Amino acid sequence: MPPGLNEVLGRTFPFPRRHFLSVLDLNPVEVAGLLDLADGFVSLNRQTSKKLDLLKGRTLMNLFFENSTRTQSSFELAGKRLGADVVNMSPRSSSISKGETLIDTAVTLNAMQPDLLVVRHASSGAASLLSQKVTCSVINAGDGQHEHPTQALLDALSMRRAFGRIAGLKVAICGDVLHSRVARSNVGLLQMMGAQVRLVGPPTLIPTQADRWGVEIFHDMRKGIEGCDVVMMLRLQLERMDGVMAPSQREYFRFFGLDREKLAHAAPHVRVMHPGPMNRGVEIDSDVADDLSVSLIQDQVEMGVAARMAVLLVLAARLEND
Amino acid sequence: MTRPTAFINARLVDPASGWDGPGALMVRDGRIAEVVRGGDLGALSADIEVVDARGAMLAPGLIDLKVRTGEPGAETKETLKSAGLAAAAGGVTSIVLQPDTNPVIDEASVVDFILRRTRDIELVHVYPAGAATKGAKGERMAEIGLMREAGCVFVTDADRPIVNSKVLQRVLAYAKSFDTLVAHRPADPWLSAGAAATAGELAGRLGLPSVPAIAEQIMLERDMALVELTGARFLVDQVTTAAALETLARAKAKGLPVTATTSINHLSFNEIDIGDYRTFLKFDPPVRDEDDRQAVIEALASGLIDIVVSAHCPAPAEDKRLPYDEAAPGAVGLETLLPALLAFHHDGRIPLIDLMRAVTVNPADLLGLAAGRLAKGAPADLVLCDLNAPILIDAAKLRSKSKNSPFDGRRLQGEVKMTLVDGRVVYRA
Repeated sequence: MPPGLNEVLGRTFPFPRRHFLSVLDLNPVEVAGLLDLADGFVSLNRQTSKKLDLLKGRTLMNLFFENSTRTQSSFELAGKRLGADVVNMSPRSSSISKGETLIDTAVTLNAMQPDLLVVRHASSGAASLLSQKVTCSVINAGDGQHEHPTQALLDALSMRRAFGRIAGLKVAICGDVLHSRVARSNVGLLQMMGAQVRLVGPPTLIPTQADRWGVEIFHDMRKGIEGCDVVMMLRLQLERMDGVMAPSQREYFRFFGLDREKLAHAAPHVRVMHPGPMNRGVEIDSDVADDLSVSLIQDQVEMGVAARMAVLLVLAARLEND
Repeated sequence: MTRPTAFINARLVDPASGWDGPGALMVRDGRIAEVVRGGDLGALSADIEVVDARGAMLAPGLIDLKVRTGEPGAETKETLKSAGLAAAAGGVTSIVLQPDTNPVIDEASVVDFILRRTRDIELVHVYPAGAATKGAKGERMAEIGLMREAGCVFVTDADRPIVNSKVLQRVLAYAKSFDTLVAHRPADPWLSAGAAATAGELAGRLGLPSVPAIAEQIMLERDMALVELTGARFLVDQVTTAAALETLARAKAKGLPVTATTSINHLSFNEIDIGDYRTFLKFDPPVRDEDDRQAVIEALASGLIDIVVSAHCPAPAEDKRLPYDEAAPGAVGLETLLPALLAFHHDGRIPLIDLMRAVTVNPADLLGLAAGRLAKGAPADLVLCDLNAPILIDAAKLRSKSKNSPFDGRRLQGEVKMTLVDGRVVYRA
């Protein structure tokens, strides 16, 4: 048994839901519990022998209707490190879902008896819809512009490890909030944990009435990140910048790209985050992204595996009790 | 010939005459032979069938100006017969079909096909609306005059706004020469493109592609200007926002020949009902926020909105059980229109007679139909409804071939006991 495993397992707790679909389904105690558990897995993952057998015999199925190498690999690693069998289904490259509805696909895969189904889909609400039709646990790995709850969890873990707390942190989420499921999940989870959240971006990229989400809205980046502990940059799809949502890449970078000069307006100890993949020179300057004294971007990737292990473990433990 | 029928002990509700009170009514040879307000019919001979209403409402059958079936082209969704059965069960005795079938109702032969089909079915009255433009594509005028002669009651491109203002101007000017009503959906096409919800806090949270509510007013402003220019009779196909109501009020105050509908869905639901992506609440136009819904109810109460439609739009489960942005919009509504409307009577919000006006005499007068009123000599298109009977809407039991009802599981009050069309009983509970 790897050293420290017992201590980590002591942090598990009964999770009351079968699925992991939205941060809004969670409460602060559960979030803290998941972060504690994930924190433990970070240490275990740094050991030479990373393989555990906590999910031995379980099958984890990755069902990615949208390509995402990093999220899919992160879930795959998380499952494998816990000892589960992992199958990657990419409906686009297989015969599944040719003319088949999402529900047909779900029912087909469900018949193969997976225990955990990780879903990424381009439509908001897809994971929730799917969860209504299957008997296994469904984990939302991103549904359209709605939520990406494990991303919010790993972001919270990165912040907590950097600052020792989440409550009271000033976090500016910057860029394409409108199309970002990462932003929505982060707003929900960070607010729940007591952080102050700001949204920063041009009006074309901030959702209507987002001011009613309990966040502060800024269209001036320097003011928006002023005094912030964390600046979280979002990815902006390049095709949205050619006069559609913003006039051009260079104009966008000038006003909303993160560089040293703008970052100087944040708190002195500021940390920069990005869910990846980055558009260097568009939303973030390489100089900032690669400065390990400022950037948490590499940490986020590492935390991703640990946070997903925590989620998989509490869901699988619940399956046993069914 | 069916026997004459006498309805006694009824609560007659006849918006045309303004009467809501006890009374009796005689049906003979498919027509209303006698209406007695506040009294009874006197001695009845033995050959007369007597229906004791026991205080239930006897009213003109409902006239629904916005109904889709799947015939021709998509009979798995709904046929003229299944829609007729649903209408009869809902107390709806006349329906106007939207032209966006396959093929589109854009020439006289398709109008004729529909009329012949429905004559054979012998359920409710079916009136086709013709497309205003060929293929309802908004580019070139359809044969408005010929379709009018063949029996279409108005022209419309259904839910597709005619984007090109010049095309709509010509349609209006041309239709006016045939005294033909033009119905048009007010929706700015660019703001609406790809939208599945109304822009606002909820759509933002759910991450749904959305359209600002103002898109309705933007298009309606243009439409009203063109109506003023051409003087054509115009039907606003569903007003669902407070902003558009302002425009409508101004147009009516100017005396423009404008009539407006709203749908029972927009009277009954708001955006919160979408909840966890309930696609059965996905309509076109999308559900609005509660302020808009209240404004629409108020406009119905004040008479600013003239007509309520079911916006009956069958979509089978495979078109609805999809992620929200991919799911088909629309809801079936023929069977639930009356009880859902009665909710405003039971709430004490709108007097019964005013509610019934919006589904009987107002649409009848707009189309020039003799039905829609309890008057001697009028067609005996009637609904007998126990206003207070509780009902539970069970979508699985609806007569439509598609079961996409947003009212599924709702408890309402008002059970249709009997529906007559031209004196024939087409539904009996």
